[in-house]
Amino acid sequence: MGARLALETSAARLVGRLSRAAGRGGGTTLPGKLVWKLDPGALDALAGALPHGVALVSATNGKTTTTAMASSILSPVHRLAWNRSGANLASGVASTLLAARDAELGLLEVDEFALPEVMRRTRPRVVCLANLFRDQLDRYGELEHIAERWRDAVAAVGDDTTIVANADDPLVAALAEGRRRLRFGVDDPSLSRATLQHASDSKYCIRCGHPYRYGAVYVGHLGDYRCDSCGHARPPLDVAAREIVPDGLQGVSFGLVTPRGEARIRLAVPGLYNVYNALAAASLALSLDVELDAVVAGLERFRAAFGRFERFTAGDRGVLLLLIKNPAGANEVLRTLEEGGVPETLVVALNDRIADGRDVSWIWDVDFEPLLEQAGRIVVSGERAAELALRFTYAGFPRERLDVVDELGKALDRGLELIPPGAELVVLPTYTAMLELRRIATERGLTRPFWEGDGAP
Amino acid sequence: MIIRVGHLYPEYLNIYADRGNIAVFTRRAEARGHELRVEPVTVGTPLEAGAHDLLYVGGGQDREQGMIAPDLEARGDAIREAVDAGAAVLAVCGGYQLLGRGYRDRDGSWLAGAGLFPLETVAGETRMIGDVLLESTLAEAPGRTIAGFENHAGRTILDDDSQPLGRVVSGYGNDGSSGFEGCRIARAVGTYLHGPLLPRNPWLADLLLSWAIGHATGDDPEALPPLDDELERQAHEVAAGRARVRGGRPA
Repeated sequence: MGARLALETSAARLVGRLSRAAGRGGGTTLPGKLVWKLDPGALDALAGALPHGVALVSATNGKTTTTAMASSILSPVHRLAWNRSGANLASGVASTLLAARDAELGLLEVDEFALPEVMRRTRPRVVCLANLFRDQLDRYGELEHIAERWRDAVAAVGDDTTIVANADDPLVAALAEGRRRLRFGVDDPSLSRATLQHASDSKYCIRCGHPYRYGAVYVGHLGDYRCDSCGHARPPLDVAAREIVPDGLQGVSFGLVTPRGEARIRLAVPGLYNVYNALAAASLALSLDVELDAVVAGLERFRAAFGRFERFTAGDRGVLLLLIKNPAGANEVLRTLEEGGVPETLVVALNDRIADGRDVSWIWDVDFEPLLEQAGRIVVSGERAAELALRFTYAGFPRERLDVVDELGKALDRGLELIPPGAELVVLPTYTAMLELRRIATERGLTRPFWEGDGAP
Repeated sequence: MIIRVGHLYPEYLNIYADRGNIAVFTRRAEARGHELRVEPVTVGTPLEAGAHDLLYVGGGQDREQGMIAPDLEARGDAIREAVDAGAAVLAVCGGYQLLGRGYRDRDGSWLAGAGLFPLETVAGETRMIGDVLLESTLAEAPGRTIAGFENHAGRTILDDDSQPLGRVVSGYGNDGSSGFEGCRIARAVGTYLHGPLLPRNPWLADLLLSWAIGHATGDDPEALPPLDDELERQAHEVAAGRARVRGGRPA
């Protein structure tokens, strides 16, 4: 580490401590913002100083959970620099590397848009590209645009970088062509959906534009695709999940098939989307030469990632937070709820800050309809509560069974009051609504702030 | 009565929650005792003269729009004939551009449109993204506000004698400089506003429905009986407030 970097580093660490002391949240990105502003090249040096290098994870959906699962696998093996709170822009990555003085391996989730720059600067050993769905078009632009940036970024890193890619996502799978790679996917047609969802992306052949024929559709447009016109098809799976057995909101188990053997995995988080996250984390760890036993133990130890699936208790009742942030992600959360039994009462909260997406039209692309058919009462909340109310009433949900409570704290109270003692209130917040709900929970002594704990209750 | 809606290319053009607009038409027709029958019209299916009271065209990603553009261009005559015969049209975002004369891409290539709206679109360097607030310039509802969200790289230039949908109060509008948004010809409305457009602007949904009913009955359109639109009013107010605070400004 050069003298200049050492000086910047200590200054930035001081800023982080001051920020926390001043009560400005976790101080997670302020030091990185400072060092990033002073010298973007510091990121290259910080990454270069890690003896076991850097592993990156990017995706539209599941990058925080995948990275947390990978951490669960890798932390017994290496001291990690891991951005667990999801600060995933270049500045957040810089902060994480700054804060982890004695780390051996960087394990970093990276924003889809920031990925090319972070790849260029950190020269990763492994990059895990897990999926691409439409998300916050106002912020990221169209899917093809992100894919183009990723293609360029992959072309620009050295041949020794391993690309871990989702074989079930046509655009993403193609990025690993001609590279040192590990491709993962689901191989269990019994869980296939009957049809593609309303807002499916990438349903036309990436080579010739002909619609794909799906042998199985698993999550959004992810599945076993084949183009009858030009023959483009899902590549062979290096790592696969088979014989998947869902267990409602409690978890899911599956057979993990890898080049190093097979094992049965029992995850403590539910849903097929978490099977994909586990496959991505397992593939990433395997490409870092971790043994299969350690992969299995790490995945089974994993509980939940920050705000994605969190339980806390509120007196004699429980609260379950399930993050929703874009159509594909929200659809999987809803599907999991449906499999586990739709609750009688739930709270849905929509904010429209930058991190949520300022354009709230995405809620109309979410398939809320099956949930609305079964739910008894819904409390809508957040800065755009009225939009949610319109989404639900125009879908046919009766106005008189809807409570519009803009303030999140009051909405939480209202929801808790509607459920019987001993029951669990399901809350579906967007990202900043989730942050605010966690803050409210912390104020009420219900859970710990994320920068002190591991994010799980 | 049965209101027949032709939804053009629903599996290609659905990026900005277009089904929200269809849901609003459906429920608001139902609340007045009418039934909306929505029929997909897609590549290879014919558009029969007089078969629809309302045509809906949504927005898509560039790739999907490129896939259906030749098919839509070929339907230009049929669409213009339908509008001449009094059918209503709502075209949003990409659908709005594609119903114009055409789109000039950054590389200079020309993508011909259906030629319904008297306008052309030219690709710009930057995207115009943000909340928008308009004041309607429609003769049926002068000054009524329309709140939505825009996200487009195209600059849409209206012919000198063509009518916009509204005046931009806050946001970019057609091209970021003219101060106008959208286009209206006969009973056809094109706009960049999604969000989706209709849930928070129910009066516009009702106006389009009244036109569609007028086409179905052959009578002059009549205003529909009012509904309880309190939630719509709240959503409109929040969206309008967002546009006032953070909508793009004409360059």
